[in-house]
Amino acid sequence: MRFVVVVFPGSNCDHDAWYATSRNLGHEAQYLWHHDTDLKGSDCVILPGGFSYGDYLRCGAIAKFSPIMAAVKRFAADGGLVFGICNGFQILTECGLLPGVLVRNRGLRFICKDVLLTAATRNSPFTNEIPAGAKMRMPIAHGEGCYTADERTLDELEADDRIAFRYVENPNGSMRDIAGVLSAGRNVLGMMPHPERATEPLVGSTDGLAVFRSLVSACSAAK
Amino acid sequence: MSEVTPEVVQAHQLTPDEYERIVGILGREPNLTELGIFSVMWSEHCSYKSSRLHLKKLPTKGPRVVCGPGENAGILDIGDDWCIAFKIESHNHPSFIEPFQGAATGVGGILRDIFTMGARPIAVMDALRFGPLDDPQNGARNQRIVSGVVEGIAHYGNCFGVPTVGGECVFEPSYNGNPLVNVFALGIFKRDQIFYGQATGTGNPVIYVGAKTGRDGIHGASMASAEFTEESKQKRPNVQVGDPFMEKLLMEACIEAMATGAVSGIQDMGAAGLTCSTCEMGSRGGTGIEIDLALVPQRETGMTPYEIMLSESQERMLLVAHAGREKEVLDVFSKWGLDAVIVGRVNDDGKMRVRNHGVIVAEIPSRELADEAPLYNRPYTTPLRTVPMEAPAFQSKGLRDDLLTLAASGDLCDKSWIWQQYDYTVRTNTIAGPGLDAAIVRIKETGTSIAMSLDGNGRQCYLDPRLGAKLLVAECCRNLACVGATPIGTTNNLNFGNPERPEIMAQLVEAIEGIAEACEFFDAPITGGNVSLYNETLGDPIFPSPVLGVVGTVATGLPPGIAYRAAGRDLVLIGGVGTADEVRMGGTQYAKQVLHQMWGLPPQIDLAFEKRVQDAVRQIVNAGLAETAHDVSQGGLAWALAEGTFQNGIGAAIELDSDLPPELLLFHEGPSRVVVSTVNLPHVTAICAAAGVPAPVIGQTGSARLTIANRGETLIQVSVSEVRQIWSTALESALHTETHA
Repeated sequence: MRFVVVVFPGSNCDHDAWYATSRNLGHEAQYLWHHDTDLKGSDCVILPGGFSYGDYLRCGAIAKFSPIMAAVKRFAADGGLVFGICNGFQILTECGLLPGVLVRNRGLRFICKDVLLTAATRNSPFTNEIPAGAKMRMPIAHGEGCYTADERTLDELEADDRIAFRYVENPNGSMRDIAGVLSAGRNVLGMMPHPERATEPLVGSTDGLAVFRSLVSACSAAK
Repeated sequence: MSEVTPEVVQAHQLTPDEYERIVGILGREPNLTELGIFSVMWSEHCSYKSSRLHLKKLPTKGPRVVCGPGENAGILDIGDDWCIAFKIESHNHPSFIEPFQGAATGVGGILRDIFTMGARPIAVMDALRFGPLDDPQNGARNQRIVSGVVEGIAHYGNCFGVPTVGGECVFEPSYNGNPLVNVFALGIFKRDQIFYGQATGTGNPVIYVGAKTGRDGIHGASMASAEFTEESKQKRPNVQVGDPFMEKLLMEACIEAMATGAVSGIQDMGAAGLTCSTCEMGSRGGTGIEIDLALVPQRETGMTPYEIMLSESQERMLLVAHAGREKEVLDVFSKWGLDAVIVGRVNDDGKMRVRNHGVIVAEIPSRELADEAPLYNRPYTTPLRTVPMEAPAFQSKGLRDDLLTLAASGDLCDKSWIWQQYDYTVRTNTIAGPGLDAAIVRIKETGTSIAMSLDGNGRQCYLDPRLGAKLLVAECCRNLACVGATPIGTTNNLNFGNPERPEIMAQLVEAIEGIAEACEFFDAPITGGNVSLYNETLGDPIFPSPVLGVVGTVATGLPPGIAYRAAGRDLVLIGGVGTADEVRMGGTQYAKQVLHQMWGLPPQIDLAFEKRVQDAVRQIVNAGLAETAHDVSQGGLAWALAEGTFQNGIGAAIELDSDLPPELLLFHEGPSRVVVSTVNLPHVTAICAAAGVPAPVIGQTGSARLTIANRGETLIQVSVSEVRQIWSTALESALHTETHA
């Protein structure tokens, strides 16, 4: 499977995503620069964590205007797999590929710690390999991760089975404990926790691998 | 202020003698711009004029040392063609004046020191010292400073994308008017990727890159070299404002530019900004640099040459490219959207020549400016101390309550409120993060990991700077041994008061000599560091506070933690209960938190014995025989045992056999002791016996209680969850204590 990792000025988990997919998962991964417009035949585009364009104005607000995002939007519209982690999730909500918005954490402080998550649905290319009910341990590291949307949107997300992940103990005040959501087409996922930072025993957890393995399954099933 | 009068000279904190020296070097009177340039380069902060003579006593050589003190950071060879660059730097004065930006730019400055050498930063740690949060006069201000400093460090490090993997935080009244913010950073690179801050090759272009120059931070270095007075609070405009996003781009661009092969030398603009980088690069290269200030990107209009040369605007670098290849460098910076402008050339007459629109505004010999700052052999007497030598009579009112008092104290309580604000997992190399004895960051490209320990102990250093400093080196090395690592080098941050006072100078001299002796002994040479003097407010000096960062190497793997993992494990006290007496209890946490007094001396240390203990522990850990390993330090044996219980809620039953009175037995802070839990007792015992180190089995893990007895008499019995509850909530509640503003 072929992953591409988009590098915006200020991305800083680009290397983590690249290392997780190429070394720990054992698939192909390459970087794309924010000025690129060709996705190089990618099976999955990863928008990594970090502070794209300094997160000036609002997190992810400037990244949505970058040249590569136009290509990513077309790719998503054609059913391509797009995976936004942390700042990548913020970018996806800013550019309208996912509903809702990420606001300052409850408590107004940056939080870095391991959290437990559950997959709220197995019906997606990102979660199909995750055992039902399994609690997955992985780090969060964000200042603006409080998922917020109006009640109607939240009801719709639940009705359409588009909540991908929920926190076991809500660390940041996210509505309905939401840690990750899917697009209507189920091919775009945004999540605040970092599965790419939980892909080998040395760093404390391998639970994040299940997310990437789900992508591999979905991709090979589609081919 | 355009004419150079004695008043102007004095306002630049230059003495009449220093001024005469300047006139001698120039062969004429300096103009105002030149005076400003000399004043920052010859400030204590940049020139180390009070400490240089004594810093020479530090051991700086060793088989692994690639680059010792004098460059932007020290470099050590870690094998497999890989090197690390690391250094510590203080941002004490700015953090008091403006905590958020002061601390943030402290992180920015040390990161630039690392990547300017070509290394990619992979870890940051910070050593913080504040006034008490419940101080009746200053508590509210101290709370604001703590919050601001932590947020500032978090803001800069998190956005830059470097994990903050450890550190320490201490509260003492002596830091009420002078908080200490010391930031350590470490980077990695291959041996053939090292760059130095030198200008070579006559005619080579000098390129200014990064942020534009503004009026911020003018005279920051001089500010950092003076005591605080009431007027200092007016110095807020001297504090720079940091932009970690700019720094991230600058780092990526610099590393990419270096890889083209078109860069010959590079130096960041930190303290003393453009002045320092131009004269130091020329001095190191045996050349000079000529620049025209009209070409320097400027954020504001109407800046004078004086202001441009002395600005400490952040996120700027000066680099020298090979002539003819400047376009390759400029292209990289353009890709990253950064300013990069050729502002001058390298010359061969050794002069730093500064023009403005072609007109010479300063002309100074580089070497004399950079390297011939005055050197002072300041008089020193005996170290300042105003506490008694004799111990007061003390007897515990309840040992269990004493333990709970320690748990609630600012120094020993859970610091996760601080470190959870730092991204400590980014880059996925953090094997051991904050809250442990030593942090470990693995190097993906090799099978080696880097372990690091950052520590200070102002209290013990106040009682005896020489012994305190030795204890400090020993503790850092012991922390490394607990994760199986071998020390290979050290960086130090010497935070002291006013060196013009002989009793303060004596603290500095003795501490340096203590560090020198111990670093030599543990084969952990000093490769660089920082000296921060004049940490006094209204004549009140801080405790002498050397902070050491010792780094070591260890084969990549999961280290033992400090939290007991299962019941029924044997607990072995490697090194034994140690010796103690009442006089040597005077600097302990017990004396501080329970008795609220200070007296006497630090514990004694036998360096040879300490080394045997460390070697035994390292061997045990690396043989995989230790499930947990944790050194006994602040709070003594009882506290070390309690810390093992928190994470997993597994307690321990301890039975000691000692003549010591209970207060000493439980809480003395004698060195050379490590508690190990193991399932392989015979093997552990055999290693310790071979090393000639006592290793009594003191009990077993298990239950949800911590019970400590001596010769059948129960001294402490407490539920693990009760101690844990107090320990884990103390800091956050102290940060919200109502005190007088």
